[in-house]
Amino acid sequence: MALAVVVVLLVVGSVIFHFTQLYGGPWYFTDIAADWGTIDLTINITFWVTGFVFVVVNLFMAWCVYKYRQKDGHKAVYEPENHKLEVGLTAFTTVGVIAMLAPGLFVWAQFVTVPEEAIEYEVLGQQWQWQFRYPGADGQLGFADVSHVSESNPFGINPEDPAGQDDVVVNDPNMHLAVNQPVHALLRSNDVLHNYTVPQFRVKMDMVPGLVSYLWFDPTKEGTYDILCEELCGIGHFIMRGSVKVESQAEFNAWISSQPTFAETQSMAAPNIAAGQAAYTICATCHGAQGEGNSALNGPKLAGQDAWYLERQLKHFKEGVRGGEGDTIGSAMVPMAMTLADDNAIRNVAAYIETFTDTPAPTTIAGDIENGADIYDRNCAACHLDDGAGTWYTDAPALAGMSDWYFVRQISNFSAGIRGLHPNDNFGEQMVAMATAMDSVEEINDVAAYINTLR
Amino acid sequence: MSLFKTITDKPWERKGIIGGLKPEGAFDAPSEKVALSVFLVVASVVFSLFTVGYFVRMELPDWQPLSEPAQLWFNTGLLIISSVLFQWARNIANSTNDKYLTAVFIGGGIFAVLFIAGQLVTWDSLQGAGFYMTSNPANAFYYLMTGLHAAHLLGGLWVWSKSSIRLLAGREASDVKLSIELCTLYWHFLLVVWLVLFAILSNT
Amino acid sequence: MAYVPLADRDHEMEMHHPHSWVGKYVWSQDHKVIAIQYGSIAVFTGIVGLALSLLFRMQLGFPDTATFIDPSFYYQAVTMHGMIMVVYLLTALFLGGFGNYLIPLMCGARDMVFPFMNMLSVWVFLVSVIILMASFFVGGGPTGGGWTLYPPQTNLAGTPGHDMGIVLMLISLAVFIVATTMGGLNYVVTVLQYRCRGLTMMRLPLSVWGIFVATILALFAFPALLVAAIMMLFDILAGTSFFMPAIIESGTPLDHNGGSPVLFQHLFWFFGHPEVYIVALPAFGLVSDVLSVHARKNIFGYRMMVWAIIAIGGLSFIVWAHHMYVSGMHPYFGFFFATTTLIIAVPTALKVYNWVLTLWEGDIRLNAPMYFAIGFIFTFIHGGITGLFLGNVVIDLPLSDTYFVVAHFHMVMGVSPVLVVFAAIYHWYPKMSGRMFHSGMAKLHFWCTFLGTYAIYLPMHYLGFLGVPRRYYALGTTDFIPQSAQDLNTTITIAALFVGASQLLFFINIIWSLRYGPKADPNPWGAASLEWHTPDTPPSHGNWGDSLPTVYRWAYDYSVPGAREDFIAQNTPETEEPTVDEQHFDPDKDESLADA
Repeated sequence: MALAVVVVLLVVGSVIFHFTQLYGGPWYFTDIAADWGTIDLTINITFWVTGFVFVVVNLFMAWCVYKYRQKDGHKAVYEPENHKLEVGLTAFTTVGVIAMLAPGLFVWAQFVTVPEEAIEYEVLGQQWQWQFRYPGADGQLGFADVSHVSESNPFGINPEDPAGQDDVVVNDPNMHLAVNQPVHALLRSNDVLHNYTVPQFRVKMDMVPGLVSYLWFDPTKEGTYDILCEELCGIGHFIMRGSVKVESQAEFNAWISSQPTFAETQSMAAPNIAAGQAAYTICATCHGAQGEGNSALNGPKLAGQDAWYLERQLKHFKEGVRGGEGDTIGSAMVPMAMTLADDNAIRNVAAYIETFTDTPAPTTIAGDIENGADIYDRNCAACHLDDGAGTWYTDAPALAGMSDWYFVRQISNFSAGIRGLHPNDNFGEQMVAMATAMDSVEEINDVAAYINTLR
Repeated sequence: MSLFKTITDKPWERKGIIGGLKPEGAFDAPSEKVALSVFLVVASVVFSLFTVGYFVRMELPDWQPLSEPAQLWFNTGLLIISSVLFQWARNIANSTNDKYLTAVFIGGGIFAVLFIAGQLVTWDSLQGAGFYMTSNPANAFYYLMTGLHAAHLLGGLWVWSKSSIRLLAGREASDVKLSIELCTLYWHFLLVVWLVLFAILSNT
Repeated sequence: MAYVPLADRDHEMEMHHPHSWVGKYVWSQDHKVIAIQYGSIAVFTGIVGLALSLLFRMQLGFPDTATFIDPSFYYQAVTMHGMIMVVYLLTALFLGGFGNYLIPLMCGARDMVFPFMNMLSVWVFLVSVIILMASFFVGGGPTGGGWTLYPPQTNLAGTPGHDMGIVLMLISLAVFIVATTMGGLNYVVTVLQYRCRGLTMMRLPLSVWGIFVATILALFAFPALLVAAIMMLFDILAGTSFFMPAIIESGTPLDHNGGSPVLFQHLFWFFGHPEVYIVALPAFGLVSDVLSVHARKNIFGYRMMVWAIIAIGGLSFIVWAHHMYVSGMHPYFGFFFATTTLIIAVPTALKVYNWVLTLWEGDIRLNAPMYFAIGFIFTFIHGGITGLFLGNVVIDLPLSDTYFVVAHFHMVMGVSPVLVVFAAIYHWYPKMSGRMFHSGMAKLHFWCTFLGTYAIYLPMHYLGFLGVPRRYYALGTTDFIPQSAQDLNTTITIAALFVGASQLLFFINIIWSLRYGPKADPNPWGAASLEWHTPDTPPSHGNWGDSLPTVYRWAYDYSVPGAREDFIAQNTPETEEPTVDEQHFDPDKDESLADA
């Protein structure tokens, strides 16, 4: 009896819950921003067909439970089967299935057939970053393969392929698209499975190392949308984020012409180390003449750090991405970074710092090395490597042999949201998430103490 | 009763005993043989899936065909002899005169042992020629599939050795008849698997 | 050679009767003891799986409060939870547990065909569980690559447990497959060859049909997992390139070249999809019998139910790639697999209709097992129709890899089979233990489990609609996920903790009743099928005393017009009317069921 009532209540409750979400509730599909309304339509058809079955069968069951519950003198009816009824129900179900399947297959045919006017672009996934490539004036993407991948050629574009020279390469996780221009996304991965998902576009596809998968859509609404990885790709899966900005054709053209082509990235002049040395004089005050660091003046050790990381941080200080509100010590770097006039000046000074001999910084932090090792191996080593050397591949700076007190301060800043949450900090948010692996200053010290053993 | 008739039967309409005085199995064969047959189907699924994997992998660009050592023909001959001897042993066991049973049955197993030894020699010569497991996927499949086949054969040899010991201990032929029957079935199966593997490996 | 019925081997049987406690309960060859061993190991492993799920639910519901749950642990917990629940709990419990217990009893046999191999099966299963558990204690911990173990991810440095964890997992699975094959051969041959006199295939209860077909699926599907596991082990340990393409690990190119990760997925799901039905078909069978007995009515459309089981079993081998619509496989496969997937909905829907029609015009006794069975119909309908969303290839585009998928498969192959497990345990408990459980407590257990799980999974579908991705340690910040999604996650976690805790009711009930429960009637529910008509309760070794039963009718003669009782046992001759003093269910006289 109670069971019948509860089943009725659950059916009614589920239906009400669904409609509150469908009409304005917070937990339903986000607004569509691509021309895939047909997918939403198929979902609606499926919802009505299955919803009808859900309601009718459950209410009938509840009625049976109520009506045919045990009563004195009542006896069940003996009816082994009713072939007519079963055939009827089969036919009815088949009709329902066809009603759902037919539009589904029809829309799938649209999805697998890329229209001719769609423009290609490439999405490259790797642990745990997004990168993008657009064809240049020739409208063709150059051949790319894992075997050509290096720090200066992260896409692995074949340098011999003339079609690749004018390819526009975007080495940060933010891409742009022109509104109402159908696009054909070619998906590649350098390491494991990833999945290119923008919920507003409704479509997604895995990126598989060794092959090129694809999807296509026609963005219909301007705006900036999140790109998420939706195929488990390792410990950093949940922090593999990017964004796509859909904008007018004119804005898109302006953006893409400001991005470097592959040829440009390959033919950059070597940095001027002498100029870097001159610029470094101002840095030497706090960071030491050989980049050895000075804890009293809050200058971390620089020697031994990779140039790509130094460049990025100098740009961040210069652009106000780092050293902003709350970062009282870091804010001292902002005017210093301002002294470097342009990207070339930054490259020069970073290249000069790379020439320093790397002697490990003095250890100043003590902690439980065993606990630190455990935390480090489980959470940090995936990007910063087992030996703490860091790698450009995962955008992870070197940790081993660097200033331990600086490590502690930066992790504390990430934890407190002082560093890494600036909207233009494409990589800092990953560290904000990973810093939660250390729950207290003690644990941060433990990890620092462990890193001190890695030199 | 045919399968279709079986499952279209309306069981509520027929009351009373169906069948004879004794319980009836679905197959008129000893349970061990039914079980072995089911197992052989399972084993074929394993080998088929490897084969499917082989063909899928073959389509990928880095595939290099395997250079088939001539010795495999010799090994194949050994396995065929082994299978023939088992069949002979089975025929003897079913006949009234079981004079050579022990010798033939044991001989069949010995040829299987020789086959495995031959396979090991082939492995060794392939390794010597620089075809390692990691050299290319065809090699990897070769080692994997021949290894798996040999492992199945070793399982059969275990049963064979138990029956051989019983035969040598002077047991009656009727005691080991079922065992000989099952070994024969199993050997024929492994011969067919080997011939299919051999054909695939040498033609691709 | 003529078939030798087990009855003729009774003298051998006698010799196997063990006398020591160890011989009886440890190295036992009695299918009933083995069933309980199988079930206990599976349930113990399942408790570990449940505990893991509560831990990672803590992280999702209350981020960063349980401080030891870091991303590594989270992914390891998610992975192990999935693998344990699907393989080590549900498969082992339905086939090794219920299959072992019920097949010989329902077939009127004394035991399985090969009792020694049956015993070996359970011990090999234990070894596989020990290997699995060992991975928690090795360096790097258990694998955190997701229960699907997709390469290349599982064996690269960015994944927890990529060194020892994954190797132990693959070895454990291989050992488990050996155990399942030994058990499976036994179940299949027993059903085929050891049915007692008069028991045709179409007279078998649906429980046997479900377990029988599921076992065949297991025998043919697990090899795919075995093949995948072997090839993956070679990739990891020997450096081959079956599944490993040329890739970069943490900035360093690896030696592999040309392998196909998608090939692994095909092999995995060629196992993985039938696996869903390996769990579901026994549940379908068991619940059919529970519904029929407690509705005092034959299962509606028995033949259609058998055909549906066979059809579903067959179709389950040609739908696997619906797990791979967005895997990067050739997109044209989508047409074929969407079609086969939706076709499978037809026999499945028919089963649901027939369950409901069994209730229709019945005389429904709302005993505790019946609560669970009716709850199952509700959750299964819910899980089934969400499957129609995901199976329809275009709808899978927005919904795959979101919480909608998680909610769907938990409804359909988590909650639903588990409700059947409880229904079946309560239903057969009087036969297995000879005692009655506490009915009120069992019903309380039902309400907590049924309502609690719905509170977990209904909202979870909407997280999926919203687009919240699964397998995320933390949601972070996105524009499209409102803050209130976290509230939903918190609610789900609270419900999950509640459901987890309420399972204590079950364990307390069955353990307490084992000793203190009232002595049970040999056939308290008035069931017609053979297992309720053993000479002893619980059945003794050999099951049938001096002579094997003879079967005269199908297993569903309930409320037959003209019969004096509302059931006629399968072994009642057609000429013999049941007598009044035969044991039967009478709620007015049985106090333990007074509130039924």
